[in-house]
Amino acid sequence: MLGGRYRFESYVVGASNRLAVSAARAVAEAPGSVYNPLFVYSNSGLGKTHLLAAIGHHAVTLNPALTVRYLTLEDFVEQLHGDIASGQADAFKRRYQGVGMLLLDDVQFLTGRVETQSEVLRLFNAMQISGRQIVMASDRAPAEIADVDERLLTRLSGGLIVDIAAPDYETRVAILRHKCESRSLEFVDGVIEELARSETSNVRELEGDLNRLLAHQSVTGTPLTPGDVWTVLGGRRAPSAPDEFESFLTDIASTVARSVDAWRVRLGERIAYWSGQGFRTAVLEQALDADDVPDVAELDASFATVAERLRGLEAEAIRADARLTGHPAFRDPDRLQEAEELTMRAIALADPPPVPRAGFRLHDLVRWAGNSVVLQTVAGIINDPGTRYNPVFVTGPAGAGKTHLAHAIGNALAARERGSWTVACVTGAAFMDELIAALQTGTVERWRARYRAVDALIVDDIQALDGKERTQEEFFHLFNILHRAGRQMVFTSDRPLDDFAGLEPRLRSRFEGGLVMEMTAPPVVDRTGRLTPVPDGDEAAAPNIDVPLPRYEPAEDLVSAEVVPVRPDGVDTFFLDPEKIVAEWPDVTGRVIEDWT
Amino acid sequence: MPVVNYASRELTCKIVYYGPGRSGKTTNLHYVYDRTPDARRGSMVSLATQNERTLFFDFLPLDLGRISGFATRFQLYTVPGQIYYRSTRKLVLQGADGIVFVADSQRRQLDENVQSLRDMHEVLAEQGVDARSLPLVIQYNKQDLPPELIHTPAELEDALNFRGVPSFPADALAGVGVFETLRLVSQRVLTRLASPAGAGA
Repeated sequence: MLGGRYRFESYVVGASNRLAVSAARAVAEAPGSVYNPLFVYSNSGLGKTHLLAAIGHHAVTLNPALTVRYLTLEDFVEQLHGDIASGQADAFKRRYQGVGMLLLDDVQFLTGRVETQSEVLRLFNAMQISGRQIVMASDRAPAEIADVDERLLTRLSGGLIVDIAAPDYETRVAILRHKCESRSLEFVDGVIEELARSETSNVRELEGDLNRLLAHQSVTGTPLTPGDVWTVLGGRRAPSAPDEFESFLTDIASTVARSVDAWRVRLGERIAYWSGQGFRTAVLEQALDADDVPDVAELDASFATVAERLRGLEAEAIRADARLTGHPAFRDPDRLQEAEELTMRAIALADPPPVPRAGFRLHDLVRWAGNSVVLQTVAGIINDPGTRYNPVFVTGPAGAGKTHLAHAIGNALAARERGSWTVACVTGAAFMDELIAALQTGTVERWRARYRAVDALIVDDIQALDGKERTQEEFFHLFNILHRAGRQMVFTSDRPLDDFAGLEPRLRSRFEGGLVMEMTAPPVVDRTGRLTPVPDGDEAAAPNIDVPLPRYEPAEDLVSAEVVPVRPDGVDTFFLDPEKIVAEWPDVTGRVIEDWT
Repeated sequence: MPVVNYASRELTCKIVYYGPGRSGKTTNLHYVYDRTPDARRGSMVSLATQNERTLFFDFLPLDLGRISGFATRFQLYTVPGQIYYRSTRKLVLQGADGIVFVADSQRRQLDENVQSLRDMHEVLAEQGVDARSLPLVIQYNKQDLPPELIHTPAELEDALNFRGVPSFPADALAGVGVFETLRLVSQRVLTRLASPAGAGA
């Protein structure tokens, strides 16, 4: 299938084809990974087929296991028609399953062939997805092939497009000399050079002329002289008076080829591709302007990674909020972080994390010696979250009011900035359950996003995380992200940090890096005012704080003792009113008690 | 600097023909225009007075086609040589990537040549361009005139070419030296692509 003599070694490289040859070599050495597809175009007779075959040969030499298939578009169409005619459309699909590199020549004949185009498109998709190489040759650029499906056109242009220009005089001489050497032919000095002056730029025609000279020389038995060349060739293409403009153009072409860095050309191609995909390519453009030669493939690969990430983020964000379609942050690798935040916000808004339960208020908490420090500190945090103490870690036995405190802080923070804050308030156990569910359904990213976008995070009973390595790992990352962003975190635990048996040191040190405070259980006052201390372990005797209360309304001053709490209807919250509870009942003997009438 | 746009794969060079009045700058451009295939050249814009003197400037766009994948365009300009069109000269010289100084070889024009060359350096300096870094080629035109009327290239070399830049004797009417000059200045402009810092003209 491949022309055996068409190899890189026999391909004369000049200014007109240097770029094409470098790209072809790169493709042959790493099929499917550098430029896929590679599209080579040039006028007829300038070496497209030779280059295609050379890629195939070189690739097989380097990797004998690789299956290379060379065919022209006509062959391709014939195969397709043959298979369809014999009722074996599937056979056609199978035909290319094991092919690792497809070399498709003369693709300009795709023009107007709708069914072939769709078959080619299908084949391309299959090959590109599995990382198999496609190389195409055509006598015109992809955009100039008429009547080609837009999708196919983008595929054709998606890799690298290189052209081969007509060879300059020096290259023509080199090509002719090479042909003579490979066939052990000899001419008198000057004959080759004279022939190279030919007006034709088509190497195939040049080779034909060489054959005629050779035939003439062997028939007559006398060596040709430069003066005979055009007589033998019938003066067909004898160059006219040297064309000043053409020779100027040839010189300029070789100067440009020398001056233009191949890597910049490659990078330029990639920039054109990515901007065609709608991405901002500032990063690549910077590399283009820099003096240092970058690793273009690596640069492109890392750009592709970011672009892929941005696409994924956009898809996620759109699922959560359709208004984000086409947001510029998703098209700018420099704004990856912004895109991530946007996506997280969108997801968090669409599927918010657990919020604090309505009705819990700080000033409903019984204030006494065992929690006054905590309450005082918490009030400060609410006025100025994220800056004073972060995180706040509150420990205390069951019944000390930690859950009430957690939800009350949550409500107070959620009311900030006219209620625009997103506050997650979750128990450690629920946090873990959510993670497990997300792991099960493969939606960990989404789950993370919900929490990473919050303005404040409150975890009640965080001791549930003790000994749970995976949850702690997730929590660790979440902690770091929120801490860096200055988001307030409050955790409560029924035991001091020292009593955690399986807490990762990195988390422990982070908890300790904030403010660790202790609450003790309040003495409980029953309705008759008698003090009934909560017996150890008897949680049932502790005040039930899980009662529904009206929605929290922020007070002017959260720690002001003057605030008169609103008494919710139908619920006995007598013991929650700090004014009615004293730790030590004063001696009543000195008091005048008036009888009510 | 020549504009090389790697993203859109375009390469644009601006070359200005400078020199005293009637030294043959427009003639250079006409010769290039006449030898360029129709497809490669844009229409030549020439603003001349009734007696064929360049009033503003000539402009000849050349489209050299795709070279190494780059759509390559050359823009050739001439400046009006007369001393009182300095502001126009300044305008045309702006952003030039290379200069061809067309000197008049006639003996009686030597002072004009020197004055024009000085004027060129002044204009460049005003634009903050280091004349040494800009590709410059000198052309000694009208070498076809009788020897008694003209300076030889060697004499002109002594008088004008203190920088030792490349120079060509020329007869622009007949085209002698026209493409040689353009070729060399273009090559020097393009070579600067490879060394953006500009290693001197």
